[in-house]
Amino acid sequence: MIGVEHYLVVGAILFVLGVLGIFLNRKNVIVILMAVELILLAVNINLVAFSAFMNDLTGQVFAMLVLTVAAAEAAIGLAILVIYFRGRGTIAVDDVNRMKG
Amino acid sequence: MIQVLAFYLFAGLVIASAVMVIMSRNPVHSVLWLILSFFNAAGLMVLVGAEFIAMLLVIVYVGAVAVLFLFVVMMLDIDFAAMRAGFVKNFPLGLAIAAILLAELFLGIGAYSAGGVELGTPDGSAAQGVGQSNIEAIGALLYGPYIFLFEVAGIILLVAMIGAIVLTFQPPKPGARGRQDIGKQIARRPHEATVLKNPETGQGVEL
Repeated sequence: MIGVEHYLVVGAILFVLGVLGIFLNRKNVIVILMAVELILLAVNINLVAFSAFMNDLTGQVFAMLVLTVAAAEAAIGLAILVIYFRGRGTIAVDDVNRMKG
Repeated sequence: MIQVLAFYLFAGLVIASAVMVIMSRNPVHSVLWLILSFFNAAGLMVLVGAEFIAMLLVIVYVGAVAVLFLFVVMMLDIDFAAMRAGFVKNFPLGLAIAAILLAELFLGIGAYSAGGVELGTPDGSAAQGVGQSNIEAIGALLYGPYIFLFEVAGIILLVAMIGAIVLTFQPPKPGARGRQDIGKQIARRPHEATVLKNPETGQGVEL
């Protein structure tokens, strides 16, 4: 039978794939943003799994908040990307050094 | 039996498509794999009875976020081949860190499954009642004890919307063709916009 551990394993693998995606596509901001979405999806799977298996809906309410933050982050991230591209004509992460940080 | 089959189908597909998201050469394909990944994650959530979150996932991610990604990917004219440089170079480091992370997470899950970790039990105040639908129970929670959380979520979305608009808004250049000058339009009066003429028959009108 499927238990909460099965869901946790899926969430863990998804989370690690997201982190790996950030490392592999260090130059492409769009794919990095998508990898962050994958990480947040893994978090959501964990929250929903615990919520369902402990019969407590609080986890699903918090999954909704995570969803909200993920959507806001994607919108702001892509907006920053668009204005960056407008100014520089490229979105290579290596060139992002205007602030000398 | 069918639950087990469905779980492994959804889980396998969600992981396979996540691999394709980070591996695919073309970001457009990446977005499409991301959509598949979210659909299968929604399937996983339907399996445990979280229908409302599953539907939200499909509506918000597939309907809004993925389309936003596609839009930006297609709008920006980017040399994606150059972006792949360093992919092979970063592979060993990324793989090592991913392996460490995965080992840690599995250690945590194994320790949890072995028992002995007391997480406490829910007090039942947020439990889904017998015969109550998922969305009904979530609604009662969301508009009850978690109303402020719900409003904060709304404010976050509002701030994100205003931020995105302010960031990408380009004021129109003065004097550009087709630009409206609203003050001028409102200041117009009938006597300066129309003329009264009483032309002779067959003479025509000179304006």
